[in-house]
Amino acid sequence: MFAIYKKEMRQYFTTPLGYVFIAVFLGISGFVFAFTTLQNQTSDVSGYFQMMIFGYIVIVPLLTMRSFAEERRTKTEQLLMTSPVSITGMIMAKFLAAFTMFAGTVLVSCLYYLPLNLYAEDGLNVGKAAGSLIAMLLIGMCFIAVGIFVSTLTESTVTASIATMAILVGFVAAAIFNNLIDTYFIRYILSWISVYSRYVNFTYGMFDISATVYYISITAIFLFLAVRVYERRRYA
Amino acid sequence: MIEINNLVKNYGSKFALDDISFKVAKGEIVGFLGPNGAGKSTTMNILTGYLSSTSGEAKVGGIDILENPNEAKKLIGFLPEQPPLYIDMTVEEYLNFVYDIKACKLKRDAHIEEVMKVTKIDDVRHRLIKNLSKGYRQRVGIAQALIGNPPVIIFDEPTVGLDPKQIIEIRNLIRNLGKTHTVILSTHILSEVQSVCDRIIIINEGKIIADEKTESITQAVEDNRRYSVKVCGPVREVQNVLSHLPGVISAEQTGERELDSYTYVIESEKGVDIRKPLFYAMSEHNWPVIGLEAIGMNLEEVFIKIMEKNS
Repeated sequence: MFAIYKKEMRQYFTTPLGYVFIAVFLGISGFVFAFTTLQNQTSDVSGYFQMMIFGYIVIVPLLTMRSFAEERRTKTEQLLMTSPVSITGMIMAKFLAAFTMFAGTVLVSCLYYLPLNLYAEDGLNVGKAAGSLIAMLLIGMCFIAVGIFVSTLTESTVTASIATMAILVGFVAAAIFNNLIDTYFIRYILSWISVYSRYVNFTYGMFDISATVYYISITAIFLFLAVRVYERRRYA
Repeated sequence: MIEINNLVKNYGSKFALDDISFKVAKGEIVGFLGPNGAGKSTTMNILTGYLSSTSGEAKVGGIDILENPNEAKKLIGFLPEQPPLYIDMTVEEYLNFVYDIKACKLKRDAHIEEVMKVTKIDDVRHRLIKNLSKGYRQRVGIAQALIGNPPVIIFDEPTVGLDPKQIIEIRNLIRNLGKTHTVILSTHILSEVQSVCDRIIIINEGKIIADEKTESITQAVEDNRRYSVKVCGPVREVQNVLSHLPGVISAEQTGERELDSYTYVIESEKGVDIRKPLFYAMSEHNWPVIGLEAIGMNLEEVFIKIMEKNS
């Protein structure tokens, strides 16, 4: 499994993909950051974090679309499937590689706080920033798991990225629909699957354990589904 | 070493493999022949755990590929029809990667070095695979199958894309491997099967139609015997006498002609040895027989004949 992780990380940096991802991520996040904090002359970073979720819908598929779709297309998955590698190990390795890229770039974007700390009147609210950072990582983890699952379903990287974006939009939009629907039952269900509303708590500086469990569960579900896709090939 | 029992693979009503069974003993080199779409690659993919069968058993070294896949896969080195190469890696990186995922226990550098030498890719070790020619890529594919020195090696069309010299080298390699490994080799090149394999299995439309030792495969199909004879004498009369010899089915003059003699191809019934009566008949008429040669069936003809018999 470690070998596959190493290979994925190497591939992110020997092909343009890794660099493009980092560039797009930092570009979008820098822009959003500037507009929500510096432009509004506030040191409250919660606006930034709330906007970034929408950014992730576009950024994360870039990272995950290639993971299985390309292997299927170039038939290199035949090498992996005929070697003594467990399917779970393979999926976890790719997931961890994508998450490493994501987390690394998020950490780099923490540089944005420095000017904020220097110039803001009352400094940076470290609690809020830390809480939001953790939320970003958790949401990223979720989104990456969705992306990996979608990637196992198709041979085309383009289809994978578009389908991933569609599902992620669905997740985030569930919260928005929430306001428009009157039936209590549907609202309850929608708020359950809403990634967005649980996120909001983190931006206020609260570390919400149930939300954390929620995000980890969603991640686990999608990774599990990805494993099933491959196992079905073996047994069906 | 390899056991396939009643393997069936169907896609709805289309049967890719229709109840095939065969065994390969340790150390055998088996050639797997068949027309396109017969089921050769499907069988190999099931045996290596890439596809699953609809029913039946596939065992490698006594381990069932469905029940204990990881253990079984450790015993197999596989070169699929399209070599599974990561084109943005260098040759050395790729072989190191394969070494890692096969959980190989041999000494890393020495073993990879040896595999590269044997497949003659050591001079391109630092080149990106996407910059290699087809022949080199094929050899990297072969190298990947050899990593870990697995006891069972399965090649799906290994000499495709190689130049004649490389083809001979790879065949020698396979012959050498056969001394210490069990090899299954699928190919369209019949001369390759004849020169490398101990045993031939022919598959057509999902069914095995022949499973013989290489030497005896021609005997399994041959029913009539044919000779090529060169006789000095007037064409029509010679042909007439030849065709009227007892037991002769046909005697035809072929186009070849030398000075004053013509070449004829005589086909006689099974069990009839035409040579002596032919000699005496010719000498009666004073027509010197200056050449007499048995024509065996070459493998192409055997193959086509087996196909015809079974369709």
